[in-house]
Amino acid sequence: MSADLSAGAGPALDRPGSAGNDRGAGRARPGLRGSLAVSELLTLFRRRRTQAILGVLAGVPLLIAVAVKLSSDDGRGGRGPALVDRLSQNGLFVGVTALVVSIPLFVPVAIGVVAGDTIAGEANLGTLRYLLVAPAGRTRLLVVKYLGAAAFCVVAPLTVVVVGAVIGAALFDVGPVPLLSGDTVSVPESIVRALLVAAYVAVSMLGLSAVGLFVSTLTEIPVGAMAATVTLAITSQILDALPQVEWLHPYLLSHHWLDLGDLLRTPIGWESFGANAVLQAGYVAVFGALAWARLTTRDVLS
Amino acid sequence: MTAREVLSDELTPDGVRPAPHAVPWAAPAGAAGAGAAGELAISTAGLVKRYRHQTAVAGIDLAVPRGAVYGFLGPNGSGKTTTIRMLLGLSTASGGTIEVLGRPMPQDVRTVLPRVGALVEGPAFYPFLSGADNLRRLDAADRDAPARTRRVRVAAALDRVGLTNAAGKRVRAYSLGMKQRLGIAAALLGPRDLLVLDEPTNGLDPQGTREVRHLVTDLARDGATLFVSSHLLAEVEQVCTHVGVMSAGRLVAQGTLAELAAAGTSRLRLRTPDGPAAIAVLTRFGLADPEVDGEDVTAVLPAASAPEPERIVADLVRADVRVRGFALERESLEDRFVALTGEGFDVVR
Repeated sequence: MSADLSAGAGPALDRPGSAGNDRGAGRARPGLRGSLAVSELLTLFRRRRTQAILGVLAGVPLLIAVAVKLSSDDGRGGRGPALVDRLSQNGLFVGVTALVVSIPLFVPVAIGVVAGDTIAGEANLGTLRYLLVAPAGRTRLLVVKYLGAAAFCVVAPLTVVVVGAVIGAALFDVGPVPLLSGDTVSVPESIVRALLVAAYVAVSMLGLSAVGLFVSTLTEIPVGAMAATVTLAITSQILDALPQVEWLHPYLLSHHWLDLGDLLRTPIGWESFGANAVLQAGYVAVFGALAWARLTTRDVLS
Repeated sequence: MTAREVLSDELTPDGVRPAPHAVPWAAPAGAAGAGAAGELAISTAGLVKRYRHQTAVAGIDLAVPRGAVYGFLGPNGSGKTTTIRMLLGLSTASGGTIEVLGRPMPQDVRTVLPRVGALVEGPAFYPFLSGADNLRRLDAADRDAPARTRRVRVAAALDRVGLTNAAGKRVRAYSLGMKQRLGIAAALLGPRDLLVLDEPTNGLDPQGTREVRHLVTDLARDGATLFVSSHLLAEVEQVCTHVGVMSAGRLVAQGTLAELAAAGTSRLRLRTPDGPAAIAVLTRFGLADPEVDGEDVTAVLPAASAPEPERIVADLVRADVRVRGFALERESLEDRFVALTGEGFDVVR
């Protein structure tokens, strides 16, 4: 490669920097390929909006913990829902409870914002054309963008669980945790379970991220892509609640979103985890392919 | 009527559309058309871009020689940016072929674009990142750019456009001119064989405009080919070696700057009370379209083998024409540009 650079091109610019000689070295190291992915993560998580979304998600366990603390101080314990009521007995419940509460709306909205912004946001800023001229490569850019959204799928539920555990430990007692199956597990084991729940939610959101990525390739208006993605997530949950379309339920994006109870039993049941993973992988494959077909053929006019 | 208006009227008679393909100004196509394809930094053949309701680019044959500073001129909406988008593989052509640095586009985007720096349709950056961080991200997007030297190259590019002091500032706080400079810096992140700069002086103050001109000259001296689009002739005239003129999606002229200037006509202006006698002499010399307006006599010099002006004066005096004033008015490049693209303020389509 470096050979035809000097042969075909006439005198190459030697400025700025004296980078001309380093090009060959850079090409020889495939390990650097990840650097656009690193840049994507830095750009995503340094952005105030991303931080604000994570802040809102962190507010959910905070709100629950403080509310329960205040009401139990009043001596009115026992009137809330069973799960929430247990919080006052063991602070380690806070994170998982907050996450379960967030699954239907808060988490999908957060994912919808990030995934809907992936391509449409770049197009809207005009940076899409500069990334492509760099050249980032359309397929590579799409993969990197999806990786960024997927990373957010991991970070978002993790934030809820971790903030919940910390605030719970601060406000309530911490001890061995009773599971749904009636057994009790140690504190370290309960932390593993909480992380498993976070992982379950992360996997649940991978399909929605792929949908968001695809919608994002269709428009230059990120808000439109975000709204469409969130709307699809909610529509899926509504359909899942309608017995008239029961034949459709196993294929719905959100069908397994709340089936994480198996992870809170002894022994751990992996069936729903597996079924959910297969379903989400299907969504990733279908909508990833659609996004690819769209982005690689589209005229970038923004 | 001023002389200029007369001239442009004659050069663009009503109802005559510019030729569908580029007309070289001189009989030989000049440096642009002469060399083998390998000597062209950019060449297109019959390049067409059609949108649903209109044809934005109607079959153009660009020929940008290596090492040239090519001014891509045309009024707003004449298809310049659309053409640039196709050259860079951002949009696909509806017809025709493109070669950039000797490789077909968009097929060879991956190998061609690392050697091309571009500013397309104004600068665009992440407002929440600093200038330097924006450049680092763009550099990371180029697989061929070594991460090891990224910091140095970003600093050098910022230095070159005078943004070193604003490197750590968020782009949100940049003025339009600063963003424009940052856009140029992004095009200079690596060693480039070709720079495509779309309206590079947009939003810059006169000082910045002059700096960009110097930069263009510097880059050309370093051996890069520059493709600079502009709707302002004055901006391009001072730095370009070659020019292509777009009008309503067609390339109406292409060649060296000297060829463009040579293709313009010269007009003789004579001040004398002896109009008819003067016209008789001028016609003998082959001057066209003589006109008498009081004491003013004007005529167009033939483009080829124009007679020496001093001989015309001598003959006029010999024919007892009282010569009170004599001048040759060369059509300016601007007149030529206006003649080629039409003068109106209204967007053509």
